[in-house]
Order: sequence, then structure tokens, then C-alpha cells
Amino acid sequence: MAKLRTLFDKIWDSHLVDVQDDGTCLLYIDRHLVHEVTSPQAFDGLRVAGRKVRHAEATLAVADHNVPTTDRSQGIADEESRIQVQTLEDNARAFGVEYLPMDDIRQGVVHIVGPEQGFTLPGTTIVCGDSHTSTHGAFGALAFGIGTSEVEHVLATQTLVQSPAKNMLVRVDGPLPAGVTSKDLVLAIIGRLGTAGGTGYVIEYAGEAIRALSMEGRMTVCNMTIEAGARAGLIAPDQVTFDYLMGRPRAPKGAVWEAALAYWKTLSSDPGARYDAELVIDATELVPMVTWGTSPEDVLPITASVPDPADIVDGAKRAAVERSLAYMGLRPGTPLEQVAVDAVFIGSCTNGRIEDLRAAAKVMENRKVASGVRVLVVPGSGLVKEQAEQEGLDQIFLAAGAEWREPGCSMCLAMNADKLTDGERCASTSNRNFEGRQGRGGRTHLVSPTMAAAAAVTGRLTDVRKLV
Amino acid sequence: MEKFTKLTGVAAPLPILNIDTDMIIPKQFLKTIKRTGLGKNLFDEMRYAKDGSEVADFVLNRPAYRKASILVAGANFGCGSSREHAPWALLDFGIRCIVAASFADIFYNNCFKNGILPIKLPQAEVDKLLDDAERGANAVLTIDLEKQEITGPDGGCIAFDIDPFRKHCLLNGLDDIGLTLQKQEKINAFEGRRSREQPWL
Repeated sequence: MAKLRTLFDKIWDSHLVDVQDDGTCLLYIDRHLVHEVTSPQAFDGLRVAGRKVRHAEATLAVADHNVPTTDRSQGIADEESRIQVQTLEDNARAFGVEYLPMDDIRQGVVHIVGPEQGFTLPGTTIVCGDSHTSTHGAFGALAFGIGTSEVEHVLATQTLVQSPAKNMLVRVDGPLPAGVTSKDLVLAIIGRLGTAGGTGYVIEYAGEAIRALSMEGRMTVCNMTIEAGARAGLIAPDQVTFDYLMGRPRAPKGAVWEAALAYWKTLSSDPGARYDAELVIDATELVPMVTWGTSPEDVLPITASVPDPADIVDGAKRAAVERSLAYMGLRPGTPLEQVAVDAVFIGSCTNGRIEDLRAAAKVMENRKVASGVRVLVVPGSGLVKEQAEQEGLDQIFLAAGAEWREPGCSMCLAMNADKLTDGERCASTSNRNFEGRQGRGGRTHLVSPTMAAAAAVTGRLTDVRKLV
Repeated sequence: MEKFTKLTGVAAPLPILNIDTDMIIPKQFLKTIKRTGLGKNLFDEMRYAKDGSEVADFVLNRPAYRKASILVAGANFGCGSSREHAPWALLDFGIRCIVAASFADIFYNNCFKNGILPIKLPQAEVDKLLDDAERGANAVLTIDLEKQEITGPDGGCIAFDIDPFRKHCLLNGLDDIGLTLQKQEKINAFEGRRSREQPWL
């Protein structure tokens, strides 16, 4: 009898070009997304070695990290940012790679653009010089972030030197309660696993709560898988996936679609396949989550209070919590709902999709942003922005007193002009609460879009279930 | 890529858990289109005060560690962003080896592409090396990649594991792309099969 295989095993096996005697594998890469920050040195390396891009048509370039989210008609004011974006455009042209310019409606955060365009397909291998490439695993693709040297390697060879990952299953039983979102779910999972708990693994998500998620919700879960240290997240494709993909510009059409569909339907783990680790979560017990520290694992239910380092036995862990609380300016024992915010950021590759904006708008409708709070709403792509405007979401945000911006990474990592100032506190739908992530001295609380909207209107971290 | 064979140098202790790549090199320095010149901004927000002056008690600012070539660090070193600017900044500063109980995957891979040796050891042994590293200018370790051994200031020896292929590439300073291109025919054959079986790709 053939060995029972997980979804990861199947995708891995089907992409092996070569296996050396020492077990090192050469893995074929089907799709490569490229952005301006991690690619210039890779293209430069090709140029120096006189190499070409092996498959320009399997490569898609878009600028997102550095782009302004305000009026773009004057270009990019910051000189270094402007050069970096220009360099991407020049490299794309020189090497024959498709580039979505800043004034193209398809431009946006690379991990929102890939799925929107149907560039992301089930059963494929997808890489990008960006850790949040794990997002694409929501389609049943093996998708992971790589460094710039590996970007160059993929451009030149369409392959990567890899060793196999271990398999972890995270099964989420039962439905998510009202007011609890996919973001809360993934934050809870990271809290359980810890920020290094997934190191060396690819995590497959399964169970009733995962099946019930939209593609947007699944992308949020897979996106943040990297914050648990895992190489990638995976969700077996199903009718939700196929419905999302059908008719997308780069998705297959006609008879080829039917052939692809038949193959995609085989992409699930064999019943009884072995996992190296398993975690079971009861979705029905979950509540809205918020981070209090400077690592995504520093997460608690909104109903909890800031932890006390004195309660922690392990010395290194206690020191880490003390350092986090000092940076975050929080006193042990403070109820999280009493923490006031200065800013709210709604957007990013984690939560910048249409469903996220709809959910946030629903909370903000007929309400006003609290006095003194700055609220940035940044759609994940030009297409998300257009859709939101057709639905009137922009008017809801603007009427509430929020800013409605152009698409990009924005305040998720603050490489453009959107950043926190020293000591400013932000409820953010992004993915990392590291020290300085949203601007030097800035304090980040990771939350879902609805929780961010709730904080915007009350001016403090708030259990959104009280507002809906 | 520069070969890594044997390294003798000062080891700096940095016993913080989950040192992320935003700490190693903050985003404002990612706007460069070069690989070099990032060393002065390594650990920028820990190393410099807001006015740009040095933070005196940050380890790499202390006289004994200003030329450190080894870091002994807390677990899960290099988590977060995939930015290869992190190993570039370490290398540009002069760090060729990092010892920790664990590393984040992408950072770990990125090290090998840049001639940096990341060594994983059990936490108890990392703690011993942290003690050694606290000795300032006397915190000299020798890392022998061929023998897979770390020798401490008192002559004590700790063995470490490493993937044989990665060891081979580091010892010889081999370029991955060159090696892969030797497998060109296998890649061609794979692509031929793929276009027959999965014409949508």
C-alpha cells in the first residue's frame, strides 16, 4: 500500500527536481512574487554573473513597502524610497518581468495582489522575498518567504535548495462564536504555540472553523503562521477556494480549468496520514484577542489584564516580559480594556482585504472616531479600494473621521511616511508588534479589524462584542 | 561567498529571547539597493539613543566587544521578517558566527548564503558560552567548522551538529546557483513533465 501522505507531502513530492545522497532537495518553484525591498541585490547578482531570469512569465513584480498612501500624482517624495521603487521597475523591464506600476489599479500589497490576480493557485509552490508569503497557503499552495540570495537563486534557476519540513496539524473544532474572527483565531493559535513553536514545521489547518472561513479569513490565518515560526501554513482547497479563483485574470480557463479543478480536488491529506505534531483548538471557547507585548505570542483575551512578570518562574522569560512591559509602557494587572490608544491602523497583508474593510466599517458606521485618535484605513490593493468605494465603505470611514488611503504596506512596517511617533500607542490589524515595528518607540497592539474599529470609536482597547 | 573554516574571535553575549530581524536591522535601512554598509546600523535602536549617541551599556558599544566576531544569543534568534539585510548587517559589522539554542528558519538559511555560521546548541551549553562571553576581552572562542567544535577560553570544548551539505558549502565558499545550474538537465526534464501534466502552469 502506498504511504499515506499529508497535503504538504503531496505538494513537496510533486515538486522534487532532485534529491542528493545527503537528503538535500532541489525543489521546483512555480510562482515567484517580487517586491522592491528584497529584490534589487538579487537582480544585481544576476547582472554581475551574466544570468537571465529563467521564467519571467512565472514572476510578478509590484512595489508595496515604500509606496506613499497619500496622493501619488507627484511620485515618491523620499529619495531612497523613490530609487528603490524605480530600481524594481527598471529591473522588471530589463529582465522581462511583468511589473504592476503604482498607478495601476492592480497595484497593492504583494500578498493581496497574487490571489486577486489568480497568480496564486492550489498545489503550486510560491515564494517571495517576504516572510508573509505564507498567506498563499490558504489556497493549498506551499508558499514561504525567502531571503534575497534565494530570490536570486529562483530567478536564475526556478528552483530552491531545501530540506523537507515536518508536518503539524492544527485542527480547529466547532464554529467561531459571534464577534470572534479569523484574526482572533490565529492570534490564539500563536499564543498556544509560541513564536518559535512552529519552527521547522509546515502547519496544516483543518476542522470545522477553518472550513467555515472565507478565502479572506483563511489568508489571515495562513499569513500569520510565520509568527508562530512555521515555514508555511496550508489549508486544503475546497469549493470556497475554487469559487474564489474562477474567472480571475491568471486563473486557467475553459477545458484547462476543468483539468486543473480535477487535480486540485485531489489536494488533501490522506485520512490517517501521520503528523509530527498536532494541536486541537476548541473554537467555541475563543474570545477577541489582543497583544500586550512585543512578540505576537504575547497575546491575551481582551477580557484579561496585563500579566505580571513576578508570576513567571523562568528567568529568561521573565526578563523578556519585563522588557516588553517597559517598552509598551504598561503596568502589570491593568485591565486591557483600560488601555487608551493614540492611533488605529486598519490594513496590511494580514487584514487589508475587502471582507476586513466591510467588518471594520460595520462597527464604525454611524459612530465617530474618539477625540485625539488618528485612524488610517489602507486598502490592500487598488482593486480592494475600488470595491470598497463601490460599496460606500470609504464614506463610512470618512464620516466617522478616519483617513481613507491609497494601497500599500503602510504602517504595518512604517517604511513609507506612515509611522507612529515615540511613545504613540496603536491598535493595529497588522502582524507584528516588535519594538519599533510601526516607528521607533511606537507601541503596537495587534487586533482584528473589528477590534481595531472598536478601539477607534472608544479611544481604548475595547471588546467589540459590546458594540455589535 | 567567503569561506568559513576556522574562526577565533571575541564572543559578545546578547541573552535576549526572540531577537527579531527588525531589531537586528530596522526598516529605515532596508531602502538600500546594496548589500554592504549596513554594519553601522546593526541593532540600531538598541545601540544608539534617539539623538544618535551610543548607548554605553549596549554590548557592542562596550570596549571589549567592539570587534566581536561571534554572538552568543537568546533562543529563536532572527525571527520575523525574511530580510537578508539582517545577516548582511551582521557580516558588515564583522560577525561570522552566532550561537543560540534555536534560530528562525529563514534567518538560519540566509546566514549560510553569506558565509555566516549559525550554531544550534542545547540551552545549557549556550548558558556556559554566555558565561564565557561575559569575560570581556578574554571572551575568546575558537570555532572549528571542519571538526565541528567550539573551544572556550579555558580550553573546554563543545561539539556541534550541522547539515553536511551546508558544511561543505561553507567550508568551500560555494555558490548555490552555480551548483544548481549543474543540474540544468534535471530541471529541463521536470519542466517538460510539468507542462504535459499541468498545462495551466
